[in-house]
Amino acid sequence: MTTSVLRARGLTKRFPGVLANDSVDLDLNRGEIVGLLGENGAGKSTLVKMLFGVYEPDEGTMEIGGEPADISGPADAIAKGMGMVHQHFQLVGPLTVADNVVLGAEPRSGLFIDEKAAVESVRELSEKFGLDVDPGAVVEDLPVGVQQRVEILKALYRGADILILDEPSAVLTPQETDELLEVMRGLAATGVGIIFITHKLREILAVTDRVVVMRGGAVVGAADTAGSTQEGLAELMVGRPVIFRVEKDQAVPGPTVLYVQGLVARDDRDQRALDNISLQVRSGEIVGVAGVEGNGQRELVETLTGLRRITSGTITIDGEDVTRASPRDIHRLGVGHVPEDREKDGLVSSYSVADNLVLNRYFKKPFSKSGLRDFAAIARNAEKLVADYGVATPAITTGVGTLSGGNKQKVIVARELSETTSLVVASQPTRGVDVGSIEFIHEQLVSARDQGAGVLLVSAELDEIFSLADRIVVLYRGRVVGDMPAADATVEQVGLLMAGAVDA
Amino acid sequence: MASPTNTKRLIPWFAAALVLAAIVAAWSWKSGDTEAVLGRTVRAAAPLILGGLCGLIGERSGIVNIGIEGQMLISAFAGFMASSYTAGMGTLASLVIGILAGMIAAALTGTFMGWCAISLKMDQIIAGTVVNIFAAGFTSYAFIQGRTQPTYPQWSVPVLADLPIVGKVFSQGPLTYVAFVVVIIVQFALFRSRWGLRTRAVGEHPSAADTVGIDVLRLRYVNMTIAGSLAGIAGMLLLQSASVFNRGMTNGIGFIALAVMLFGRYRPFGVLLGGLVLGFFNGLQAQLQFRQAFDIPPQFFGMIPFVFTIAVLAFAGVSARPPAAAGVPYEKE
Ligand SMILES: Nc1ncnc2c1ncn2[C@@H]1O[C@H](COP(=O)(O)OP(=O)(O)OP(=O)(O)O)[C@@H](O)[C@H]1O
Ligand SMILES: [Mg+2]
Repeated sequence: MTTSVLRARGLTKRFPGVLANDSVDLDLNRGEIVGLLGENGAGKSTLVKMLFGVYEPDEGTMEIGGEPADISGPADAIAKGMGMVHQHFQLVGPLTVADNVVLGAEPRSGLFIDEKAAVESVRELSEKFGLDVDPGAVVEDLPVGVQQRVEILKALYRGADILILDEPSAVLTPQETDELLEVMRGLAATGVGIIFITHKLREILAVTDRVVVMRGGAVVGAADTAGSTQEGLAELMVGRPVIFRVEKDQAVPGPTVLYVQGLVARDDRDQRALDNISLQVRSGEIVGVAGVEGNGQRELVETLTGLRRITSGTITIDGEDVTRASPRDIHRLGVGHVPEDREKDGLVSSYSVADNLVLNRYFKKPFSKSGLRDFAAIARNAEKLVADYGVATPAITTGVGTLSGGNKQKVIVARELSETTSLVVASQPTRGVDVGSIEFIHEQLVSARDQGAGVLLVSAELDEIFSLADRIVVLYRGRVVGDMPAADATVEQVGLLMAGAVDA
Repeated sequence: MASPTNTKRLIPWFAAALVLAAIVAAWSWKSGDTEAVLGRTVRAAAPLILGGLCGLIGERSGIVNIGIEGQMLISAFAGFMASSYTAGMGTLASLVIGILAGMIAAALTGTFMGWCAISLKMDQIIAGTVVNIFAAGFTSYAFIQGRTQPTYPQWSVPVLADLPIVGKVFSQGPLTYVAFVVVIIVQFALFRSRWGLRTRAVGEHPSAADTVGIDVLRLRYVNMTIAGSLAGIAGMLLLQSASVFNRGMTNGIGFIALAVMLFGRYRPFGVLLGGLVLGFFNGLQAQLQFRQAFDIPPQFFGMIPFVFTIAVLAFAGVSARPPAAAGVPYEKE
């Protein structure tokens, strides 16, 4: 027998210029996992934020456990048995796991918080649900995958029987993702109903019972997961067939554009993160950098783009020594950079789409004339790029911060790839991006290559590396442990290198 | 091996050890002067500690408060006026009314700065500056020369006040004791109570607090008000010493309190230590001036606390990590 835990009817939400949710219906039963799929900007986050009381719906009704419910805010949603893991973690870094879990519902003894009880409840919950985590650890010292478990524990501690996960896997390594899916199955088995948002169809097929597809703010389809296929879901989502294979011709590599010799650099904790790295990227080829996150990828990209000081070694781009060059000098050489953390390093959230599209060139003609900005030129540039790259935004004057994740990424890609480039450094360019946009960004990277740029692609997704790269470099503990033509590489071999199991 | 951060953590303790060693050495040399210096250390530390706690509570909840100087001045003025007009009701009643008036005035000033920062989302440095300028101007303008208020009693702790070396430490005005009780309360409240955990969460990651149902804006208002009342006691401490309001009588103490807060790395016990260290320099300075001990102009000694403040800001300020959301207005999604 199925018991409904959540039922939403006709939920509608308008933002200035956007109908973000258009009369959406959603049902969730006890112990059920429902996948929520949709393009970037389809309205998934908006929908779950309404369920959780973050946004107030303009129209529509909700029932929780069969009772009509009017949710006044997150606190109310929590009281009614909901828990949500946000796309951006809501954890207080310097506090311990236990403090984070009990925050807002602290057990007390006398005047003080009962720390023992807090630690004990966290331990009990983590044992009961198989969420391994040390209650005494300070949250900011934990890897992302563990931080996410803390988020889930937070919800469970409050007795959630409805759990909303908004793109929980976007920031996880493949192993961490597998563990998360396992945890979800366990939770569902104990009766928790889960709404699961992801762009990865594989995860949808692996763990959900039903899937709901949204497009343009409306539900365009719902199906049982059994019997669904990747292709079918993708087509429903995007409204056209999606090609999962990247179409590209044989690379025709030219002269070397990026030449890195003996690079050594330290990370933010002053530990040696890059240990004598040497690599080359030739024009007209895509070099994929594979590796488990945290093996020096971030530092490599930052040194190449002038954002991190180098301890020793040299970097040459197009024959020029840029070892100590500033980011702008490097940009002048025609280097495009798609950063890993788009919110932090790629965009200025409070600026408009148009301004963000000239962040790397506002000082040049035609965007700047005798020291003053030329707004007409900036607007023309924005209109063109928004059209060319299919950025879904109400207007070019819209603040970039209100765009959905995937559209933010498109703004960056448009800015960095639209000028003739000699080198593209792309770090996790498709993280949190829908399948249609992934296809598009991949095409753009391939076309940059075909126009003679060298491309350095850093990705945690082996699939992405294998479908795009002409050559694969594997990083392990800050060293290059493998460098081979993609045609000769196998997934198993690269996987072993990534795990540090063998030396190439 | 100690990591660089651990070494930095030791700095306050190191300073305290130096002070202790100096005290014992000095006492065996000149006992009377040393006792006077120690007594004054505690007296001078009290307003710095409370001022520092005012800044700390604000910043821990995400609001940078540089208006402590102004809050103290407003408190001293309001307290003086209240006591002076109620002097006929008897010493005790008049003093109590003065203290309450001072605390309330400074608390409301805190609420006002909270309103600027929280609801108007004004630049917090500007809000603090406005308060400082207003306080200096208004209290000078409204002050009536020639009024008096009852003087505060000295309370000597039995037995302790008769001890050698530290005897004078235990012979203080009543509000001085309050300062040391408050700092202990705030330490435990901040790190052990529900209020403290929530305050720290709101100052570090307000949206995280919001999503678990904590009313971020309300807590910030409440804390700015509580913090203001502590700055109010700090202001009344100045009045306790002087017994009469003087124009500009805070004389930078509200700013030095900010250095004390940094020195204490946003921890109440750190503020306590910082206040004592600075209070000590203050006591030393006063005694040296009083004694004309060396053939050096007294202004030179008067400079010591300020030089120390600059040193703290230059060194300790670098290593203290402020709450992540300090200074940032909270915008709901
Ligand atoms: N706070 C806001 N103000 C204005 N517009 C908004 C706001 N939040 C979302 N939108 C708009 O509403 C639409 C739906 O956004 P939403 O974030 O729900 O998409 P999504 O399906 O979660 O996308 P993604 O997969 O990229 O996370 C988008 O067009 C977005 O620009
Ligand atoms: Mg989203």
